[in-house]
Amino acid sequence: MITYALMFAIACFTLALLFNLYRVVHAPGVTDRLLALDTMVINTIALLVLFGIAENTAIFFEASVLFAMVGFVSTVAYAKFILRGDIIE
Amino acid sequence: MELFWEIVISALMVIGGVFGLVGSYGLVKLPDPMTRLHAPTKATTVGVGSVLIASMLYFAVFRDDLSLHELMITLFLFLTAPITAHFIAKANMHRDWKAEDLPRPQGDGQWAIYEIDSDTSAEELDEAEEAES
Repeated sequence: MITYALMFAIACFTLALLFNLYRVVHAPGVTDRLLALDTMVINTIALLVLFGIAENTAIFFEASVLFAMVGFVSTVAYAKFILRGDIIE
Repeated sequence: MELFWEIVISALMVIGGVFGLVGSYGLVKLPDPMTRLHAPTKATTVGVGSVLIASMLYFAVFRDDLSLHELMITLFLFLTAPITAHFIAKANMHRDWKAEDLPRPQGDGQWAIYEIDSDTSAEELDEAEEAES
């Protein structure tokens, strides 16, 4: 049963990534692009964790922790750049 | 007992997948930027949260090694999601809205994003230098 649930969840998140990719390419404004990239990072973290379950290894947790941190910092830096025209004033 | 945990883990995975899909679909579907902000920042954190809890339960029950890494990721995401949402909303206000279009906030001031001297400006820096010399 877990195998089917796993496949379903992986399919869902892959489709979600495709939606995000569409939004990154066809964005009405730059903030939409930023939001889509942020969502992409979150979906990728979920995919990494699910892949870790599928491969039966715990090695992907570190990767997802790093991904979460880098995604947060880059989103805030980009938003700050849009807001002030500079990242560190 | 194994069957019970299998059902719980499968349910969490399915819930997570559906929430992630709905969040990203909302990003494509919703009409304007501020409502688009609502879909992914809420739904995908719930989705990722339940996937991470499913992973934690799976490794605790079937592999006999309980690790709290997933809780750390969940906590980190729950803490940072409102901050990024706030920043994106501010950037949105800065780019697409004018102060006249919005209701005034309580008190005397304007929205902080439209206050020119809300942060340290060049003039203030000059004044500080003059005061020092």
